[in-house]
Amino acid sequence: MESQAVAAIRAEGLKKTYPGGVKALDGLSFAVAPGTVYALLGPNGAGKSTAVKVLTTLTQADAGEAVVAGLDVRRRGAEVRRMIGCVAQKSGVDANATGRENLRLQGRFYGMRGVELERRIDELLARFRLAEFADKISRTFSGGMQRKLDIAMGLIHRPAVLFLDEPTTGLDPEARSSLWNEISWLAGESGITILLTTHYLEEADKLAGRVGIVDRGRLVAEGTPEGLKSELQGDAVQVEFGEPQKEAAVRAALERVAGIGEIVVESQAVHARAQHGASAAPAILSALDQAGLRAMAVRIARPSLDDVYLHYTGRSFQEADAQLPMAGGKR
Amino acid sequence: MKLIRDSLYMTQRHLMALWRQPFWIVFMLVQPVIWLALYGQLFRRVVELPGFHTTSYVSFLMPGVVVTNALFAGGWQGMGIIADLERGIIDRFLLTPVSRPAIIAGRILSLCVGGGVQSLILIGLGFVMGARYGSPWIGLPLLVAASMLMMAAFGALSNAMALMVRKEESVIGASNMLLLPMTFLSPIYMAKALMPEWMQKAAMANPVTWAVESGREALEAAPDWGRVIVRLMTLGAFTVLSLWVATRAFRAYQRSV
Repeated sequence: MESQAVAAIRAEGLKKTYPGGVKALDGLSFAVAPGTVYALLGPNGAGKSTAVKVLTTLTQADAGEAVVAGLDVRRRGAEVRRMIGCVAQKSGVDANATGRENLRLQGRFYGMRGVELERRIDELLARFRLAEFADKISRTFSGGMQRKLDIAMGLIHRPAVLFLDEPTTGLDPEARSSLWNEISWLAGESGITILLTTHYLEEADKLAGRVGIVDRGRLVAEGTPEGLKSELQGDAVQVEFGEPQKEAAVRAALERVAGIGEIVVESQAVHARAQHGASAAPAILSALDQAGLRAMAVRIARPSLDDVYLHYTGRSFQEADAQLPMAGGKR
Repeated sequence: MKLIRDSLYMTQRHLMALWRQPFWIVFMLVQPVIWLALYGQLFRRVVELPGFHTTSYVSFLMPGVVVTNALFAGGWQGMGIIADLERGIIDRFLLTPVSRPAIIAGRILSLCVGGGVQSLILIGLGFVMGARYGSPWIGLPLLVAASMLMMAAFGALSNAMALMVRKEESVIGASNMLLLPMTFLSPIYMAKALMPEWMQKAAMANPVTWAVESGREALEAAPDWGRVIVRLMTLGAFTVLSLWVATRAFRAYQRSV
């Protein structure tokens, strides 16, 4: 198949508001170079899944432009669908069919037949170590195996671009790291372009060459995981309190400490950046103590993607994730 | 043509799932067999009243039970698409180049095949219980065809409703509310001439009536073909309309993703 030629994704100013006023995309723009892995990172409800739905032609944006594999998704949806594979957040495995039957049906939709199709199915079953379960009803598969079958289905027609929408959500740690190995292998050897969405910072860090941080339907930062982290000067300091504290009091106490910046106060914790974390810690603790604020725990770390997220959105990742049980849940 | 090919692949998918749970066909037949056996006994002597054109109530009842079974098989079919929606299977299909109408067509075709087998079994049971007809070789295939049109029509409507409400409870509620009264507002158990006048009028507008009357008429020794054809054509038109409604509902679903 002549797939490699123009494998890339470009989104420009995508906007989408769902009925009921939920603004899922608010001018999202990013681009993915051919043959690379790009992660859209953000909490639940940030708009990642909606972005994937727009790029895979499942839904249309209200405004903006999107090009996948050189094709405009709005005008040439049918051609786009032939060039892409997609593994949605919800597993699409038919639980009443065997692994092989799932793959066969999927291949037939792309016009694959006979020996060519059967050979491809065997190849994928072997690749994802599903061969010995191939003729078992997939209802009996573990979560990790179903996910691998999902990915195998997405790859059956050798797509130029693969979309993985939260591929490891809901998997146990062992299945997750096994899936990470598969995805790394895919990215390394097959020359495919992969767009991955995730709300696991670790996952983006591990798999993606470039990361785009999405918040409230917009891209707030972009770069390599290392680049994003090195943009932040100094160490991340986090202090946890046993009980909710007044923001003003916490802020006032910390502002007296030299070499401390980017103070973000949450109800039971405060995040800050210190030029030299180890030496700042005693000063921070004594400043808090003087203000009558009892700290439970102090953590000092090299910047993580979590800190990058905090830096660009002014909210910690866990808080943003917890804030969003509203309208419609997963989008 | 891609639509036909993809529809057949989809049909195969559903029939494989059916084949893997053969108890389903037994389970689905329990109810119609009870109607046939119990009602057949209970109302045995009503044929002594004028208006039945037969002296055997089982002969009168059997086509009615075949049509009722088709109505229920179709009316409950929406449950399957809700399960597929919840599993994310429909969205996975939409991400491929599969022909869109095939997603619904495959469900309807597999229903007609599976339900057609049920019709044949019920006809066989009717004969074992003593049902006899003037022209079975023309009449029975037409009865099976009418039952398949019923399944297609109500299967399509049930899928359409399922795509709109997307909740199993709502499909169960609506099916329970609509299907049973439809069987009583038709000449399934009672000759039409013996029904109250308002019921006769309601029965005239009921697809169940069109199906059962065409089947019964075609089974007569000397069928009035005009009656048979008009009823089958009306039923056919209703089926086409229902299929159209189902495709509209599917488009609406696609827009709402």
